[in-house]
Amino acid sequence: MKRHAPWFSTIAVTVAFVATAAGDPTIDASKSSIIATFRQENVPVDAPLKKFNGRIDYNATQPNAAKAALEVDTGSLDMGSSDYNAEVRKKPWMDSGTYPKASFISTSVKPGAPGHFDATGTLTLKGKTQTLSVPVTVGKAGSAMVFDGAFEISRAYFGIGDKEWNDVVDDKVKVRFHLVE
Amino acid sequence: MQQTVVYTRTAVVLHWFIGLLISAGFMLGATMTDLHMSPRKLKLYAYHKWIGITVLGLVLLRLLWRLTHPAPPDEPMPHWQRVAAHATHWLLYLLMIATPFAGWLYSSASGYPVVYLKLWQLPDLVSKNKALADVLVEVHGYLAWTLLWVVVLHVAAALKHHFFDRDATLRRMLAWQRR
Repeated sequence: MKRHAPWFSTIAVTVAFVATAAGDPTIDASKSSIIATFRQENVPVDAPLKKFNGRIDYNATQPNAAKAALEVDTGSLDMGSSDYNAEVRKKPWMDSGTYPKASFISTSVKPGAPGHFDATGTLTLKGKTQTLSVPVTVGKAGSAMVFDGAFEISRAYFGIGDKEWNDVVDDKVKVRFHLVE
Repeated sequence: MQQTVVYTRTAVVLHWFIGLLISAGFMLGATMTDLHMSPRKLKLYAYHKWIGITVLGLVLLRLLWRLTHPAPPDEPMPHWQRVAAHATHWLLYLLMIATPFAGWLYSSASGYPVVYLKLWQLPDLVSKNKALADVLVEVHGYLAWTLLWVVVLHVAAALKHHFFDRDATLRRMLAWQRR
């Protein structure tokens, strides 16, 4: 058995201690939500994405060092009825078979007013990428960090949805998130 | 011959217009649910909801009108028919309100709010709840079918009075006179 040098365990302990002090940056999906709002015939339909995971490293004293990485199961989009769910998983829509995951990886963070920052990053969805800048509000729920925000994407840009649906379903889809660590 | 007292023009217009809307709404409701998922299906659902909300609004208006402008006195008929006719009328009012109302509740519970004529979003009466939605859609359906059968009874009785009793029951609702 290989023996570690004493300095190694000291560093390991220090790192573990720092990580604990900053809180676990892993997102607790059971307390969090990511909801896409479609508009059909001007009717807003909230569709939660039920499976996702990720982490947000955020320290209020060094907000511009913040980092976020999220991964969402595209097949977990819940339109509220089995008919719709079957439809949105098909090729012209989310094509969850070919693209089971969507992701957002931050590239830079710009601090704003206290408790606010703009996260710029890359959204990858259905094999296409888009650079997004998302305004995020930071809060606390007990000892856990909470991040709230929303952004809008275009279905057409990501090739989501059959053309025949375009006069019924709006191109713009609003996505709002409430992420608790 | 004494002139028959007829319904007011407002009552006549509301009666036939609501009747037309109920027929259209019922036929849409009975067929749209079996359609495959398509843009057309979404549109039909929207039209069905708009029709239902229109019926709800007009029926409330008509009820208000009825309470301030009494219906003409009954034609001569046996006591039981009189009782049955009035019971049917009030049951119709009840169902014409309850059916669209249950539909609205169902829309709210299933997370698909009603946006009337694509313009005005109606408030959600309950929050999204799948289990509740499953019950409400059944209730909405039963109410609609009950409404259909009571309408059938109402029409049959009107035709019976017109063709067999040859009284003015139906004509009072067809007349176009100022009262």
